[in-house]
Amino acid sequence: MKTLWKLTWVEIKLFFREPTTMVFTLALPLLFLFVMGGVFGNDADPDIYRGFGPTNYYIPAYIGLVISSIGVISLPVHLTGYRERGVLKRWHASSISIWHLLGSQVLVSFFIAVIGSVLMIALGYVAYDINNPQGIGLVIAAFALGMLSFSALGFLLGALFPTTRAAQGIGMILFFIMLILGGAGPPPEVLPDAMRLIGDFLPTHWVIYGLQGPWFGLGWDTKASLIVAGVLVVATGLSVRFFRWE
Amino acid sequence: MPGIIEVSNLRKVYGSTVAVDDISFDVREGEIFGLLGPNGAGKTTTVECLQALRHPDSGRIRVLGLDPRTQGVALRRLVGSQLQESSLPDRIRVWEALDLFASVTPHALDWHTLLDQWGLADKKKANFGNLSGGQRQRLFIALALVNNPRVVFLDEMTTGLDPAARRVAWDLIRAVRDRGTTVVLVTHFMEEAEKLCDRLAVVDRGRVIAMDSPQALITDHAGTVCVVFSTERRDLEWLETVPGVAGIERFGNHVEVEGSGPLLALVAAALVEHDIVPHDLRVEQPTLEDVFLNLTGHEAEE
Repeated sequence: MKTLWKLTWVEIKLFFREPTTMVFTLALPLLFLFVMGGVFGNDADPDIYRGFGPTNYYIPAYIGLVISSIGVISLPVHLTGYRERGVLKRWHASSISIWHLLGSQVLVSFFIAVIGSVLMIALGYVAYDINNPQGIGLVIAAFALGMLSFSALGFLLGALFPTTRAAQGIGMILFFIMLILGGAGPPPEVLPDAMRLIGDFLPTHWVIYGLQGPWFGLGWDTKASLIVAGVLVVATGLSVRFFRWE
Repeated sequence: MPGIIEVSNLRKVYGSTVAVDDISFDVREGEIFGLLGPNGAGKTTTVECLQALRHPDSGRIRVLGLDPRTQGVALRRLVGSQLQESSLPDRIRVWEALDLFASVTPHALDWHTLLDQWGLADKKKANFGNLSGGQRQRLFIALALVNNPRVVFLDEMTTGLDPAARRVAWDLIRAVRDRGTTVVLVTHFMEEAEKLCDRLAVVDRGRVIAMDSPQALITDHAGTVCVVFSTERRDLEWLETVPGVAGIERFGNHVEVEGSGPLLALVAAALVEHDIVPHDLRVEQPTLEDVFLNLTGHEAEE
């Protein structure tokens, strides 16, 4: 346990010492919120944004986006970089186990996502007068589930990508697909059918629905949570299978 | 006494490249054991198999009585490891790495002491990425020792160290051995192997071609010793009757006696007996370099 905490703490410090990762993970979603909020305001229209005010809609959506960007970019790039440079080999030889590594990455990801989400919510309150989330407890549960799921996905991608370059390139593409089609870009209602169909296959979409359900007072989204949990189970299994130290 | 490490018929193949062909050796508790050979001889693959970082294709390994194939997790906790190709995150601080690696066992050493011993005290808060090559190398050795291992594997530990730092490192490694830790040293530096190892295995093309103490290897495989001195006397024929002497050459007052066995002592005794007491009597010993050359027919690349 001691090793897990130490490794987690070191990783948190490393995150704050690496400005580019920090800016991308924390500032980009804020920028999106700022732009989208500025363009669409927060007046509800029954035909789009599931009938909610755009900014009210986007806050939980961008929390989902923060979670997604950690899972498809930060974590895989971090892990492939570690593997490429021999850091994982160094950890391995010094008895740092896959569970220490996985555990610390999950904890650090949670930590970063919480900061990102708090910043987002704060901006929402200050700049756009958003509504309070309805079911805080369930929002937190959906957040935790989404974060675990995307941590596992990130670990899997980190195991599969051969190089850091691949992780950066493919991760970025995945991120923008998830952003645009997953529910954090244009309102889902205006997307053509084919794009909506693709969106339905993106885990980000279901993380966002899982957050929006309790946030808007629609209750726990069982379908979304089952899909997110399914991704968690499959990604964990596959990442343990495909994980390589070097 | 059974060896603390036992390796028999180890073999590891990567695709069509035979990295380790057939390697067997035993390491005794409390010694510095060397694996000496040129780059690509299979030394690193061998020690990585011993640390359960690679799975051998065949052969039997026991390290501290454990089988790396099935008991790798327990094994890695008991051994220390300095790897040839590994790294740390650029922005991790020196003390953070030591503190982290110390946390894997309750028996860890106080890393402050290691910082002092390895000359890193003033680099405690430096980022790994800002360390020089030599500082990194010393940090890796300190990291290999911080879990207070019973066996420590050092793979090319003095690469990147300047000659002075190398000598300091040798002294520290001897001190580590004297405190009871068994040291397995992988090196291609002949001088390092000769000065530091209690015993060593000469490895070439995935096989052990000789194994003994450096001195015994030199005596057995290096051929002739040369005793050198100066004298004005010309009548030295009687030296040829000294046991072991193979030939005498004169260059003015300078005399070179070639031979084998304990040549210096025998020649010295004979000289004293004939009232010759030269001030510059000395022996030019062959080195491990000569051993290597004789055994393999090719030179070890530096």
